[in-house]
Amino acid sequence: MAVLTLAKAINDGLRAAMERDPKVLIMGEDVGKLGGVFRVTDGLQKDFGEQRVLDTPLAESGIIGTAVGLAIRGFRPVCEIQFDGFVFPGYDQIVSQLAKLHFRSQGKVPMPVVVRIPFGGGIGAVEHHSESPEALFAHVAGLKVVACSNPVDAYWMIQQAIASDDPVIFFEPKRRYWEKAEVDVSAEPQPLHSARVARPGSSLTLAGYGPVLKTCLEAAEAAVADGHDIEVIDLRTLSPLDLGPVFDSVRRTGRLVVVAEAPSETSVAAEVCARVQQECFHSLEAPVLRVTGFDTPYPPSKCEEDYLPDLDRVLDAVDRSMGW
Amino acid sequence: MSTPQDWTPPTSTDSHPGHDHVVAGLKGTDEGGADLVQLLTPEGERVPDPRFDAYAADVDVEMLKNLYRDLVLVRRFDREGNALQRQGQLGIWVPLLGQEAAQIGAGRAMAPQDMAFPSYREHGVAWTRGVDPTDLLGIFRGTDHGSWDPKAAGFHLYTIVIGNQCLNATGYAMGQKFEGRVGGDDGEATICFFGDGATSQGDVHEGFVWAAVYDAPVVFYCQNNQWAISEPTERQTRVPLYKRAQGYGFDGIRVDGNDVIACLAVTRWALEECRTGNGPVLVEAFTYRMDAHTTSDDPTRYRLADELELWKLKDPIERVRVHLVRSLGVEPEFFDGVQAEADALAARFRQHCVDMPAPAPDRMFSQVYAEGSPAVDAQREAFLAYHASFEGV
Repeated sequence: MAVLTLAKAINDGLRAAMERDPKVLIMGEDVGKLGGVFRVTDGLQKDFGEQRVLDTPLAESGIIGTAVGLAIRGFRPVCEIQFDGFVFPGYDQIVSQLAKLHFRSQGKVPMPVVVRIPFGGGIGAVEHHSESPEALFAHVAGLKVVACSNPVDAYWMIQQAIASDDPVIFFEPKRRYWEKAEVDVSAEPQPLHSARVARPGSSLTLAGYGPVLKTCLEAAEAAVADGHDIEVIDLRTLSPLDLGPVFDSVRRTGRLVVVAEAPSETSVAAEVCARVQQECFHSLEAPVLRVTGFDTPYPPSKCEEDYLPDLDRVLDAVDRSMGW
Repeated sequence: MSTPQDWTPPTSTDSHPGHDHVVAGLKGTDEGGADLVQLLTPEGERVPDPRFDAYAADVDVEMLKNLYRDLVLVRRFDREGNALQRQGQLGIWVPLLGQEAAQIGAGRAMAPQDMAFPSYREHGVAWTRGVDPTDLLGIFRGTDHGSWDPKAAGFHLYTIVIGNQCLNATGYAMGQKFEGRVGGDDGEATICFFGDGATSQGDVHEGFVWAAVYDAPVVFYCQNNQWAISEPTERQTRVPLYKRAQGYGFDGIRVDGNDVIACLAVTRWALEECRTGNGPVLVEAFTYRMDAHTTSDDPTRYRLADELELWKLKDPIERVRVHLVRSLGVEPEFFDGVQAEADALAARFRQHCVDMPAPAPDRMFSQVYAEGSPAVDAQREAFLAYHASFEGV
């Protein structure tokens, strides 16, 4: 089995999808010769040519808008947005056209487009390079939104997203790009839109996605010393949310802490909390808690250690829940 | 250097250019300028043009009669659309009055394999692509968002967000090129329709950039109807719109948008440039919106009656009629026949509108996703159960 970084796992997944289907295109700024600012598309243009891997002009609306046209023509474009905070010039095309054409045409115009967005903080970057805008996309009907957290999922989920006939916003945890894991490329993957129990446990449920999943697993390990047996769930799909495994878990543990980097108000985490209290009300031993970024713009990077949910903040929430 | 204390705001008459006001050599309602391509004058006189006559060489009396029929029929159902809105049958209608020649000329220049990306006023182009006018009604009556098959018609669904379709068209044209469908007479091309107001949108600029750097076979067809709702062309640009193309590195041309023969010839040329690999091309069809922007709008609040009277003299249909009668000797029976056909079309249009069924209650849940969604499916089931609970009440 190959040991891959998360970035290389996506690269291998893109390559596999491109080999499988000549209609798959990669589009974005610097994705060709440079291989992307995070090198996720490294080597693809060399092997597939400039017509399969397009170094585009620098305009996000142009990237998404032309991808919509290419999809109408029958291609399966995979757009790279360099950083989370740069997606907004393309947001109009994503919301107005990409998300709605299938519905508008009553199924006559499918939109098999993937928009890859490296998201989240923790890399010491300047403004606009560390945001977590996933709720803005999860709120838009017609889009599917997923976030990978580890190399195995990254390898499979990117291929499944490309194979989907629906538009998929694909969030990649940029501070985990260099995390490594063994990837069995012959294994049977989980379905794209399914949550996963990343660590079984019985006394409390931690649910997260993307970059904080590792934080959650570390917190669960650390909590063992306090006698807590924590279950960790990787949500993986943010729209549609697959909350079945979360409900099952909470019915057993009676406690839930949701962890995410995004601001808390009207967030994906907020939706998880609302649905869990609706479905698991009689099982809950404590209020559902959230550990998230704050309701502020992403701060200067010297503040991000305080902004991002870390081990201590997660463990503090665990203690509050257990002590209820 | 002035300080904020020195500065006084200009009066409203200072800031808003009037109809006689010339900004950087452009006047919104002038005759179109010296570069305007025209093959049929407002007086109905066929005038030669060494560059474009070849593209109208087949326009004989029969073909011109067919173009006249197109113009009249499209105007007729457009007027019916206005009337239906006034009678409460449509929530809104977007009239094309005055722009018939710009649309019929461009639409009839297209080959079957070409693809059109319209905005929301392109009822005449839809007509030329074989989309039945009744298919346009659902959008404005609120029963659907466009019911025709875009692929089968070679005519994409209406795009309401201003300028979005310029990028979608460019991407589609890139696909034509990637598939090797450019080059030779059987090559493919794309045409994108938008208005003068859209030229201020970033997506149109980005579409021009993308089309240029990828040599995409796309004709950008700007119908400059002089008004973006209440904003005049002077509020969009300091230079004539067709001249913008030069800055992107492709050809731009201004055609008399009220001259169906010129629009046909120039668009044929532009599409040929694209299908043989010389595109993109920007065509500015210089025309005039003789009615409101939509039925929700009141043009008397922002434009002068004189302006409308001036443009009535350049009517796109009258000049063809005059030419058919005076120069080609077409008998009155032909015109009577077209009028009868137009009346019949209008009656069918009206009846269809009134007869359109309301969508089923679960219409809103259908085809949100190609692969479904458990959340939407659950909402549909719950809603249908709730809906059924009223049965028999």
